[in-house]
Amino acid sequence: MDRVRGKVAIVTGGAKTILSVKDLTVSLDGRSILSGLSFELHAGEMLAIIGPNGAGKTVLLKTLLHILPYQGEIHWAESARIGYVPQRVAADRQLPLSASDLLNAEARFLKLSQVDIERAASATDLTPELLNTNIGILSGGQFQKILIAAALLGRPNVILFDEPTASLDELTEERIYDLLHRIKEEQGKTVVLVSHDLSVVYRYATTVLCIGKGKPCFGPPKEVLTPEALEALYSAPPKFYQHLQDHHGV
Amino acid sequence: MPWLAHTSAGYSIVLALLFALAAGLVGSFALMKRMLLAGDVISHLALPGFGLAFLLKINPLLGAAATLFLGTLLIWQLQKKTGLATENVIGVVFAAALGIGAAITPSDELIEALFGKNHATSLLGFLLGGLAVGFIIAAIWRLRDQLVLTLFSPELAMATGVKVDRVNLCFLLLFSLTILVGLRFMGALLAGSLIILPAAIGRRLTTKMSHFLIASSVASAISVGAGLLLNSVVPKFGPGPSIVMVAALLFVICLFKRS
Repeated sequence: MDRVRGKVAIVTGGAKTILSVKDLTVSLDGRSILSGLSFELHAGEMLAIIGPNGAGKTVLLKTLLHILPYQGEIHWAESARIGYVPQRVAADRQLPLSASDLLNAEARFLKLSQVDIERAASATDLTPELLNTNIGILSGGQFQKILIAAALLGRPNVILFDEPTASLDELTEERIYDLLHRIKEEQGKTVVLVSHDLSVVYRYATTVLCIGKGKPCFGPPKEVLTPEALEALYSAPPKFYQHLQDHHGV
Repeated sequence: MPWLAHTSAGYSIVLALLFALAAGLVGSFALMKRMLLAGDVISHLALPGFGLAFLLKINPLLGAAATLFLGTLLIWQLQKKTGLATENVIGVVFAAALGIGAAITPSDELIEALFGKNHATSLLGFLLGGLAVGFIIAAIWRLRDQLVLTLFSPELAMATGVKVDRVNLCFLLLFSLTILVGLRFMGALLAGSLIILPAAIGRRLTTKMSHFLIASSVASAISVGAGLLLNSVVPKFGPGPSIVMVAALLFVICLFKRS
């Protein structure tokens, strides 16, 4: 597959704009996934990307990382240092690999020091014991923390999280979201989060981008996520909305 | 042991032991990449080269090197252009190479090409082989972090800035170079086995990455040392089969280790 990229320019205007996307179109294996998507992200924001399964949320994140081919424009500010926590890592659990091996390999590749590893491990509450445990015997939550630590290692100021709690139990999910929130608040990072959980979106996101059926919507959660918009997005009655009204007084 | 008394035989032994270290190291990463068998098949790509070299009356290793590397690049390109699975592409190229190789290699030389032979090594051959082994070990050491990141998650590696395609191609070429160094005494059929067996032994004995790499290389060197000794006692076995039998025995012994 040929890699087709739009012109990438550096954003100079508006110091706070860290990402600007214009007319982004992505097609994979001849199938159109995203078409004419445009939005901007400002430093310190937490953008939640929502939409039904197959809407292209993960594709969008990978495109923003330049892993997938695209047409259109993706402008990251010069100051942007990006960390990425994928939805699922299909790592071979039989590998004789510990979190420490992984973080050390990444640190050496990025020419970072041991202090950086310790900082990333401490930010994600990874104990030395956990760091030296083989990845094959870690729980889902512990594995997720290692992915977050790996993303934090390069001192990113923007982190892309792709459904960081998929396949985790509710308690672990809560802990991971608390951790993400803490990282964002304490370190003032810009966060892009793909999530299926609308209550999380309401709780943490400053901006929402919904992609799927119909026209994409973009704006603060309370303005954008109307019952009509949710119904159009998911092709389902707005029962989420009722539920959220009860819990969050939306 | 008359052949041991000769200097060139000494070169052969030292080169075989150096090859063993490289094979153990390359095999460790091949095992983690789950491409041990695919890699074994790659060694058969040398066979048409042997056949051509015998026909053209040139050094067999030159012919083997040509088809080994051309075949490796062909597999790489076919996989990228056709989108076929690696095992599919390797299977097709392997079958073609074996057929062509068997057809054009003189029958007298075929057994030697397949299973290796006690060869005297010249000083130049020794130096070139040593240089190749040094290069393989240095390149794997340099690539190790990118290999580890790619093993864990190609996608995450790409997001970190690793050129995953390039790393995989480099590894495949280093793999082929390792096979090439081992071809003289192991043969096209058995050169890959010293990449498979020591890595399987190392993995059985260790759980940590660094220990695994060391254990595989040590198991490989022990297999070659003991295999050559066995071959000097029973020369009719040939070096390749002797080394493989020792390595297989070591693996069986390792099976008794409690996990």
